[in-house]
Amino acid sequence: MIQALRDKVLNGKRLDRADGRWLLDEAPLLELGALAAEARYARYPEKVVTFVIDSNPNYTNVCITDCQFCAFYRKPGDPEAYTLTVEEVLGKIEFAASKGATTLLLQGGHNPALPLDYYTTIVRETRRRFPEVTPHFFTESEIRTVAQVEKLTVGDVLDRLYEAGQRTLPGGGAEVLSDRVRRRIEPKKGGPDTWLEVHREAHRRGFKSTATMMYGHVEQTDDLLDHLDSVRELQDLHGGFTAFVPWSFKPNNTLLAKWIKHPKGPNMYLRMLAVSRLYLDNFPHVQASWFSEGKRTGQIALHFGADDWGGTLLEENVHKAADFVNTIEVDEIVILIREAGFTPAQRTTEYEILKRY
Amino acid sequence: MHFSDTRLAAVWEKVQTGRRLTRDDGLLLFETEDLLGLGRMADHVKTAREGDRVYFVLNRYISPTNVCVLSCAFCGFARKKGEAGAFEYTVEDIIGMVSEEVREVHIVGGHHPDWPFEYYERIIGGLHAARPDVQIKAFTAAEIDYLWRRWKIEPREALSRLKAAGLQTMPGGGAEIFSSRLAKQLRYAGKADGDRWCEIHGIAHSLGIRTNATMLYGHVETHAERVDHLLKLREQQDRSGGFLTFIALPYQVGATTLVPRSTPPADNLRTIAAARLLLDNFPHIEAYWVLLGEDTASVALHFGADDVNGTLEDERVQHMAGAQTPAGLAREQLFRIIRDANKVPVERDALYNVIQVWDREGAAA
Repeated sequence: MIQALRDKVLNGKRLDRADGRWLLDEAPLLELGALAAEARYARYPEKVVTFVIDSNPNYTNVCITDCQFCAFYRKPGDPEAYTLTVEEVLGKIEFAASKGATTLLLQGGHNPALPLDYYTTIVRETRRRFPEVTPHFFTESEIRTVAQVEKLTVGDVLDRLYEAGQRTLPGGGAEVLSDRVRRRIEPKKGGPDTWLEVHREAHRRGFKSTATMMYGHVEQTDDLLDHLDSVRELQDLHGGFTAFVPWSFKPNNTLLAKWIKHPKGPNMYLRMLAVSRLYLDNFPHVQASWFSEGKRTGQIALHFGADDWGGTLLEENVHKAADFVNTIEVDEIVILIREAGFTPAQRTTEYEILKRY
Repeated sequence: MHFSDTRLAAVWEKVQTGRRLTRDDGLLLFETEDLLGLGRMADHVKTAREGDRVYFVLNRYISPTNVCVLSCAFCGFARKKGEAGAFEYTVEDIIGMVSEEVREVHIVGGHHPDWPFEYYERIIGGLHAARPDVQIKAFTAAEIDYLWRRWKIEPREALSRLKAAGLQTMPGGGAEIFSSRLAKQLRYAGKADGDRWCEIHGIAHSLGIRTNATMLYGHVETHAERVDHLLKLREQQDRSGGFLTFIALPYQVGATTLVPRSTPPADNLRTIAAARLLLDNFPHIEAYWVLLGEDTASVALHFGADDVNGTLEDERVQHMAGAQTPAGLAREQLFRIIRDANKVPVERDALYNVIQVWDREGAAA
């Protein structure tokens, strides 16, 4: 079986759902990993692994969506709820820029009190004050929240963000793009198309974005295949995805924890990553998510088809709220990538290489 | 099998036909960039031997003392007599450390300046009398050699008497890395050298005492030194045949800093896989999670390892040296490591007798 898949992959033939199912459920892990590495080197013959200096401040933890996997959010009026002013947010961005960040992932809860102007002002002012920084702000559900608050379409909101200077979107919030899973873990967020629509509309307008997948909770193999199929299809339309970023769910402090008997560990992660590389033949990059999987597994993942190390995440509050703290600085990233046997290279949000180490 | 490093094809040919790997093959295993090619070969060997089984043992590590006459450069555990942090346990203390469910005790300590051989005998005898059901794995070849240096007790006599007192197996520690260059540089020349270490294991084997073997790596040794160490163990196993398990011990940066950082996970996986392939006469290869971390240990189960050791409640030696993994990993955690690799947990005793096969959910199967 692995030989048949190898022939397909090396001849540029697309893997089908049966192939994907076998890879997810049955393929020997290292056979799969070796094939994913082969596909990665066919695309990028050099042993270079990119990374980005980024920061992930949160502007509000107020949220009305009650996702069962989230340990970060607070309901409106909660004593621990907070919302930063535009200037406070820009202060965080200034701090990140002073640390050399070129990508800012600004994310927050779904706070109905914030108008569109809040978001566009932050984008515009970031572009004006920190030209070296790419505003990689707001996931799909935040954009949808603003649209609802302002009674606009998603497309209108994207147009306004584009006018303000935003060109890329982060891919968070996809979780698993399957009706069954999303109904179970985030009933208020809607089905897979809520996420896909925002990215589709964004790609049509010339935005680039990433696609993520958070697995390791209630999904089954078919759900994972649904997810991979839907992002691959969307990518065929506009080619707007730069990278795919799978990560495993961390159940601590969340409503879902009691349902998760066995959180997924490093072997499943390596499998997901390798399958992503092989199945998503139209995605340029696959990212090793050291921040959710740990640095050791991140290093091993570079041998399983990943070509990117993600970012420094100078500020990461969402995972911190689930007791999983992992911060990393540039010097350490360079060491970790080198130790794993690769040449580190700093990139931009859109994967242009800025500097090789 | 397709290899990105085509040089591995010749090794694979040998592995499939059961031919022994050479020193040059060994060097290639440590130098190839095809980590997964290496891992797949080791996984093939492991699977042919053990299928999906992965062993663990509920054991307890006990250090009777950390007082040691040596000053090995890689050790953060040893103290001089009277120094702050030095400890010396009584036989009663030691018996008190062995809780009900412990299946095996692992006893390793410093080279104490004054404890007579009879004290070691009393530890074993006292523990065996108090807990006859518990298997006792005790004293490295380095300690047995030290008892000869200090008290002129021949290893054969020492091991015979300890066996009579209740000792069943010997741990594999104290081997460090067999290299006279490094023994001088890292100040362990006062310890049994490679020949002596192997000789003592040979004596143990001749007395019917099964033993383990280790290699301390990831500091300033060369790949050639690793290969030579493994080949020396393989030769000894050919001669005496009593080794059960090989455990690769990555050097822990912490209290001592021979290198700035602990060796990376790819090197740990590589070393385990290379050991599985070179040590063709060793029944088992262990992924020692306390030093590797749970995640790397779990991945190592695809790189040739078939054992994750056990429940180590008080592993003072490695913890004082800075190992970051929490002590006291319960059975549930062992299941997690094994289950994530989609393997079948098999609870064993010190001699690899199967006590219980568990299903993948952690229920008795």
